[in-house]
Amino acid sequence: MSDFPTSAKVVVIGAGIVGNCLVGHLSDLGWTDMVLIDKGPLPNPGGSTGHASNFIFPVDHNKEMALLGVQSANQYRDMDRSVDSGGIEVARTEERMQELTRRMTSATAWGVDAKLVTPAEVKELVPFINEDVILGGFYCPTVSVVDSLDTGTIMRTKAQDAGDLQVFANTEVLDVLTEDIPVPGKTKVTGVVTDRGTIECEYVVVACGVWSNRVANMAGAYIPLVPAVHQMADVGPMDVLAETNTEIAYPIVRDMDTFCYERQAAGSMEVGSYGHRAILHHPDEIPSNEEAALSPTEMPFTQDDFDPQMETAIELMDMLGDAEIKYAINGLLSLTPDAMPCLGEVPEVSNLWSAAAVWVKEGPGMAQVVAEWMTYGYPRVIDPHASDVSRFYQDEKSDEHIWARADEHFIKTYGIVHPSEQWNSRRDLKVSSLKAQTDAAGAYYYTARVWERPHWYETNADLVERYGLSEREAEWDNRWWSPIIDAEHMNLRENAGMIDLTAFQIMDLTGPGAVAFAEYLSVNKVDKPVGTSTYTPWLTPDGGFHSDLTMLRLGEEHIRVVTGAFDGGRDEHWIKTYMPQDGSVTFQNRTEDFVTIGLWGPNAPAILGKLTDADLTQEGSPYGSVRSIQVAGVDVDIFRISYVGDTGWEIYIPWADAPAVWDAIAEAGQEYGCRPTGAGVYSVGGRLEKGYRLMGAELESEYNPVEAGLARPKVKAADFIGKEAYLKAREEGPAALVCTLKIDDQTDSQGQKRFIQAGNAPILTVDGERILDSHGRCSVVTTAGNGPSYGAYLCMGYLPVEMAEIGNEFKIMYMNELYPATVVATTGSAFDPDDSRLKA
Amino acid sequence: MRVLVCVKRVPAPGAKINITADGQDVDAAHLGFTVSPHEECGVEEAVQLVEKHGGEATVLTLGPGDADEQLRYAASLGVQQAVLLQTDGTPWDPQATARAITTAIVDLESENGEPFDLVLFGNESADSGGFQVGVRVAHALERPMVNAIKGIELDLDNASVTAKREIDGGREIYEMATPAVLGVKEGINLPRYPTMRGRLASKKVEVKVVEVDPETGDQTRVTLQQPPEQVSNTVHLGDGPAAASAVVDVLDELGVL
Repeated sequence: MSDFPTSAKVVVIGAGIVGNCLVGHLSDLGWTDMVLIDKGPLPNPGGSTGHASNFIFPVDHNKEMALLGVQSANQYRDMDRSVDSGGIEVARTEERMQELTRRMTSATAWGVDAKLVTPAEVKELVPFINEDVILGGFYCPTVSVVDSLDTGTIMRTKAQDAGDLQVFANTEVLDVLTEDIPVPGKTKVTGVVTDRGTIECEYVVVACGVWSNRVANMAGAYIPLVPAVHQMADVGPMDVLAETNTEIAYPIVRDMDTFCYERQAAGSMEVGSYGHRAILHHPDEIPSNEEAALSPTEMPFTQDDFDPQMETAIELMDMLGDAEIKYAINGLLSLTPDAMPCLGEVPEVSNLWSAAAVWVKEGPGMAQVVAEWMTYGYPRVIDPHASDVSRFYQDEKSDEHIWARADEHFIKTYGIVHPSEQWNSRRDLKVSSLKAQTDAAGAYYYTARVWERPHWYETNADLVERYGLSEREAEWDNRWWSPIIDAEHMNLRENAGMIDLTAFQIMDLTGPGAVAFAEYLSVNKVDKPVGTSTYTPWLTPDGGFHSDLTMLRLGEEHIRVVTGAFDGGRDEHWIKTYMPQDGSVTFQNRTEDFVTIGLWGPNAPAILGKLTDADLTQEGSPYGSVRSIQVAGVDVDIFRISYVGDTGWEIYIPWADAPAVWDAIAEAGQEYGCRPTGAGVYSVGGRLEKGYRLMGAELESEYNPVEAGLARPKVKAADFIGKEAYLKAREEGPAALVCTLKIDDQTDSQGQKRFIQAGNAPILTVDGERILDSHGRCSVVTTAGNGPSYGAYLCMGYLPVEMAEIGNEFKIMYMNELYPATVVATTGSAFDPDDSRLKA
Repeated sequence: MRVLVCVKRVPAPGAKINITADGQDVDAAHLGFTVSPHEECGVEEAVQLVEKHGGEATVLTLGPGDADEQLRYAASLGVQQAVLLQTDGTPWDPQATARAITTAIVDLESENGEPFDLVLFGNESADSGGFQVGVRVAHALERPMVNAIKGIELDLDNASVTAKREIDGGREIYEMATPAVLGVKEGINLPRYPTMRGRLASKKVEVKVVEVDPETGDQTRVTLQQPPEQVSNTVHLGDGPAAASAVVDVLDELGVL
């Protein structure tokens, strides 16, 4: 073994599936002078990889998880470390049968071969199953079983053989060193202290699974995850399995309603459970390699937790009852507060990267994401916004929060989770100073990460009758929805609505370099007169969307950035990554200094006019302008802009003064029919009718402003991130365009009127064929919702440019049924396409 | 036929076992628990005796409430009755343990109206290894006792048992009248693993809990000490068939070829 190094370019901590694949990918991308260390022995250092079940179900409702699952499965196949066993998710309940139709829809979206099967067909595939307890199944022939330890060894060895990597097992990290940099709240990594010496380095990647947060904490950073138990028992041998004389001959069975799986492991069956109580551990409770009887992450089995699973497993496969339990563990894996991985540079420490909370099924693909991110400044294989470790706010990084949320969602691992489902635990972390007001109005709150946002108001129930609205027939479509949302929408269009936008993330850039720096972040020109604004994308270096937000020019040396609650962490991190370190720019997060109230609708000018002497005409307060005025005696900034398509303002009010302004608007608005209006209108119905895009839905790094219809006629002279790629995209023209489609007939085969729920329903040709653009991107619904004023149910999504024409017809799949749809807008608005209401 | 098998809850082997700072106990933070390999064989032997002769097997332990786990494990293998002589978890010396077990056996036999044909112990416990409790109990009960047993033949008709054990260069065979006490040694059988059905059935077994008052024996614990770590050098000889010649070389060096 070579001498222990004192310096390196990159130190990767953790030689599990992720760390190993990461060094392999980095080597492929040209990185050299890397060191991989692990505190355990190789090839199985004792982390979660060593006891993983090693199977991949490639269908997931989440785009990142699904596509990276497929990507990973293919990487395992390419290394010949994979067997396609097939897999079946079986249903015991009608609700699960419906869920399986959703699985079919997702399989279609991501191009995964799958079919629904009857109990008899399941029996044909798995002869030892008791078909009497199931109603049907979802069969996917490309479910695969992989060898994650061997794959890791191949990837690691490849980097070693290329001369790019040194590997040191049995080497424990004692500290991660940092130095101060002139960026607020941030340091830079400088090295790693181990029990064999210190390595100075430029980059550190934490890929140490369940221990990741502990290692990040050494540098003053957070990788919010908690080690959690997944129980597994190996039972056997059984003749029917042993006779196959192979590792796996029968499809893996996921018994979804009991949260359990059965996977052949040579002559035995591995029974795994996600149905027990959430058993969480602090990293300090994990034994060392020496203290562990098996491995550190194979903790002693707590039999009582598994007993109920055994009963249901025997129900499904009687032969399991008489097989011997030869190996049973409380295996540890990583859970995060929102059930998504932690990838990317941590926001607290420059050049300290996270590749954690990744399971074997996504390991190689997510390692590729991180490798590309480190190389190109942003991943190319997929948009990582939902996995980006910088998405977390400080409140989401505490053990209390991580544990509470992991405790809540563990049981949902095999659960049926509605796309709009809200959290029960850890609510009210961030509430507006308007909370007394919104509570009194009967707000029903949804969370936007830590922020509570009224989604609709029960006191508006009377409007449901006024507009002749009703509940939805299908329970699933009606879940996490209220007809009050549509009622508030109609009222806003007819009268006015006031919307609590406290969750807006507000960040100030000040100083002599502020404008130039803001310019560098933005596609559109920011250096405009004081009192103007810029709605602009921030691009990745490859020219895809990183952010989509507004920037207000409040002073000669003062730019205010306003972005959404789901993107505040990512955007702040982006600013701090690129901001000059010469002191010319000062950053300040002002989110909790201001409350924003949105006031929109045809009566908005009249209402606001009652509370101020300021000129609110299109001349005195033109679209896009920011004015400092008094409203109800309070100094506020009014920003004439609209995300709902009606005229009005975002009003920025000092935190403590906001209740008085809210009350004044409510009182003044009474005679004009103004109602408190929820985010259901603001974030879905209102914007959808107008075709306004949303970061993370229509706007992802895989698409560029030309395709999103956000390219301006001219390109500014100043340089900005992604400019070169943007110019190229303009020159090449769009491969796809964002479009709005209306559903022509919502009736399903049972005669029920159905309402496509948000996200990822495939848009197909009228013949039901999947649609891919020239870059291989599939057409899926990015946002779905009612357009009550337009008078149709609407969906947004990208279509290949040659198909993106108004009037073109398609089919959209929902719950495995096809619904006819017609394009009603291409990059524009379905409702009020001339923006006459905005100009009113 | 009635057989009683006595077991002891001990930390599962295979890992470094830490000692608490005061040197008085094992740090159980990372530990699973089990019984000694000898006792596992004792339980297996009890189950096999019932399978062969009919009747009933009972498992007994003296230990904390958590020792319920070891009793149910035995039950999951086919033992029908379970008795826990519940302590507060502080260690008992062999003398006190034997006294409590003797009393319990007398009580159980009195309740049942007949003695156990056989009382089985493991040859020694996995933690303290005192080799005493079985002998002391047998002595107190005035029953014959042989340790290190690797074969048992029970003759119910003649109320006798034949027990075998290995010695240097041969074996010893004992014939005793029942009731008798035997110390069973690992290798007498290959213990089975529990089945899922066995485990589920074990949950329904009612564990008879007998509170026992702490007794002081003559043997007291001074301190526990961590033995020095054994350093072993491992040489990786290669993978698969490519390693063959290196393996041959090593065997040659050892003179075993």
